[in-house]
Amino acid sequence: MAANGDNQTVSEYIVHHLTNLTYGKLPEGFQREDGTVISAGGQWTLAHGPNEMSVMGFNAIHVDSMLWSVGLGLIFCWLFRRVAVKASSDTPSGWINFVEMVVEFVDGTVKDTFHGRNPLVAPLALTIFVWVFMMNLMDLIPVDLIPHSLMLVGVEYQKIVPSTDPNITMGMAIGVFVLMLFYSIKVKGFGFVKELTLNPFNHPLFIPLNLFMEVVGLLAKPFSLGLRLFGNMYAGEMIFILIAALFSVGIFWMLPAALLQVGWAIFHILVITLQAFIFMVLTIVYLSMAHEDH
Amino acid sequence: MNINLTLIGQLIAFVAFVAFCMRFVWPPIMAAMLERQNKIADGLAAADRAGHDLELAQQQVADQLAEAKKEAAVIVEAANKRAQAMVEEAKQAATAEADRVKTAASAEIEQERARAQEQLMSQVSALALAGAEKVLGAEIDADKHADILKTLSSDN
Repeated sequence: MAANGDNQTVSEYIVHHLTNLTYGKLPEGFQREDGTVISAGGQWTLAHGPNEMSVMGFNAIHVDSMLWSVGLGLIFCWLFRRVAVKASSDTPSGWINFVEMVVEFVDGTVKDTFHGRNPLVAPLALTIFVWVFMMNLMDLIPVDLIPHSLMLVGVEYQKIVPSTDPNITMGMAIGVFVLMLFYSIKVKGFGFVKELTLNPFNHPLFIPLNLFMEVVGLLAKPFSLGLRLFGNMYAGEMIFILIAALFSVGIFWMLPAALLQVGWAIFHILVITLQAFIFMVLTIVYLSMAHEDH
Repeated sequence: MNINLTLIGQLIAFVAFVAFCMRFVWPPIMAAMLERQNKIADGLAAADRAGHDLELAQQQVADQLAEAKKEAAVIVEAANKRAQAMVEEAKQAATAEADRVKTAASAEIEQERARAQEQLMSQVSALALAGAEKVLGAEIDADKHADILKTLSSDN
């Protein structure tokens, strides 16, 4: 579907779909596409095109990812808070039932995996599961619907699935990583240092080797956590976009493309749930490891 | 795929939502669920207890019924015995009465007979005397032979 003008190629279409709406700081002296030159001190503005985005570097924020992610988070808080206010020991019904089912499921998973006593872990797991699931769920909205509608009112880029943005997934993974470090030090104290230096070879000579291996292993955890979710969702989104691109190939491709779109969407329901669940379970497992002394 | 401030933004949002969930969402829901669990457990226990009570009551009823039956049987037996005894008593009384009447009657009869005999004897002796008087004529004096006459009548 040629979303942007008439002469858009398939690769332009795909790249456009994978570009975030970015608000960032352009450096002094940078010449924009329309010829204006940024004045002294730089300027915060919405980026037009990939070139400006790469120039902005770290001083930029993905407005679409942030808004969708925080918006979905707020919806989660609102929906669950409503139940928390209404919850009583009377017979539950409707939405309360559903929320209690989710809470019970998360609670069961946490109790199975995490054996310490920490009031943070279960709410953390619930937040992660529901929030990540909702972010993934955005993937099932037809790829062109919201970006194209927003383009009609003048928003150049829009990426509505926050979990296809590595910033989002890594942001959460880093949050989990910080908790891991915090509880490792809090629970084990000096034992955490020992764990890093005297494993797997318990000999003073091997301390540097042990430290290297353990630190790599430790750092791999947040990366695997964040990048797994990102990779899965990105790939899923990419396939939706590719199938959508089929529509522009020719009229005979319409029906197969539509069937493929539906088929992939149905399959994707499993993927998004599974990925949300995996993120939650790994978080619990990592925190559980942080609490356990060897 | 630029890593930029979004990372920090998401980190802050993550912390905020987890804190919110931990403070305002999780505890009330868990508390309500736990409370309901206890309520249901209590209800089930009460039902169990009620069932047990019912069983006990039924047992008691059956026991009392059996006891009542036993008592009734005892009472009936006693009544039967009593009735029998009464019949027996009445029979004995009747027999005794009959015996008594019989004895009295036979005594009376005996008396009557003795009197009749006596009467008869005296008449017989009178007759014999008269006969003897007739046979002997005047040879026999009633006053003189009173001893013989007396012996005759007493012999009979």
